[in-house]
Amino acid sequence: MKKISVVRNILEANERISEQNRALFNEKGLFVINLMSSPGAGKTTLLERTIENLKGEVRVGVIEGDVQSSRDAERIAAHDVQVVQINTGGACHLDGNMIRDTFDSMDFDNMDLLIVENVGNLVCPAEFKVGEDVKVMILSVTEGEDKPSKYPLMFHESSVLLVNKTDLLPYLDTDLEEIHTESLKVNPELTIFDVSCKTGEGLEGWFDWLRTRVSR
Amino acid sequence: MHEMSIAQSLASLLEEEMEKAGARVLKSVRLEIGQMSAIVPEALAFGFEIVTQGTPMEGAELIMERVPLKGSCRECLREFEVRDYVFECPFCGGRSIDVVSGQELAVVEMTVD
Repeated sequence: MKKISVVRNILEANERISEQNRALFNEKGLFVINLMSSPGAGKTTLLERTIENLKGEVRVGVIEGDVQSSRDAERIAAHDVQVVQINTGGACHLDGNMIRDTFDSMDFDNMDLLIVENVGNLVCPAEFKVGEDVKVMILSVTEGEDKPSKYPLMFHESSVLLVNKTDLLPYLDTDLEEIHTESLKVNPELTIFDVSCKTGEGLEGWFDWLRTRVSR
Repeated sequence: MHEMSIAQSLASLLEEEMEKAGARVLKSVRLEIGQMSAIVPEALAFGFEIVTQGTPMEGAELIMERVPLKGSCRECLREFEVRDYVFECPFCGGRSIDVVSGQELAVVEMTVD
């Protein structure tokens, strides 16, 4: 019996593929977002709003990740942008390999912004890179103020937090300030936008943030 | 939930290392799991048991060591343990904190025959 010292990151295979994805995206001049949240927080609605707002200005492409169904891809396709659906068939997150598998069906030369909509889940997607420039997450006000301390990794890894469904605040006990305070404890550098994807309130700040990052 | 795919990555990494070392059987493997990594040790052990069935890694013991979350303040340059995931320097109150440890998901040692 012998002991062998092996110092290796278990996720190194994924990180390597993600770095290759990222190199390709950089070469194509694409800005890439890994969009994460719980199921039902409003990722697809945010995408629809974003695509409509940036129309004629920024060419958006979307990779939709879901366990099953192509419902989200159909919603996005209705907005006349490039979209590919990934069905993970049970897996709770997307990884670099799944993103690479979509390359044949994407035309990156006619795209400025690629948004990868991850599987709805507040835990696992935060652990796997896909080749993104930044991670952006959504927390809806109905989820409560305790989520940053319960699921710290995603809040810590994200550059932007969109607090969605603010139109529901009058009906809830949720304290918006408390969501900010709790989120900033886990990640003091987080950029936060309070939005309602339903009414459109607050989304201008998000659109402007995107515009400054996407260079054509 | 995602422990299964991590167990698969772990198994293929170990298979590679065993081949390199000319090992026949894996007895145990020591992992470092950061406090802020989203891993449930029991779920990882269970996943590893399943993916290694019928391989030279079957029955190997997974020894998991939790690595505490530590930060380093960019303002006063001191290191400290981050408690309750609050990224604030206890010395100067600085809020620009680099993670020093606590996000590991790594193999550090294996025992083989």
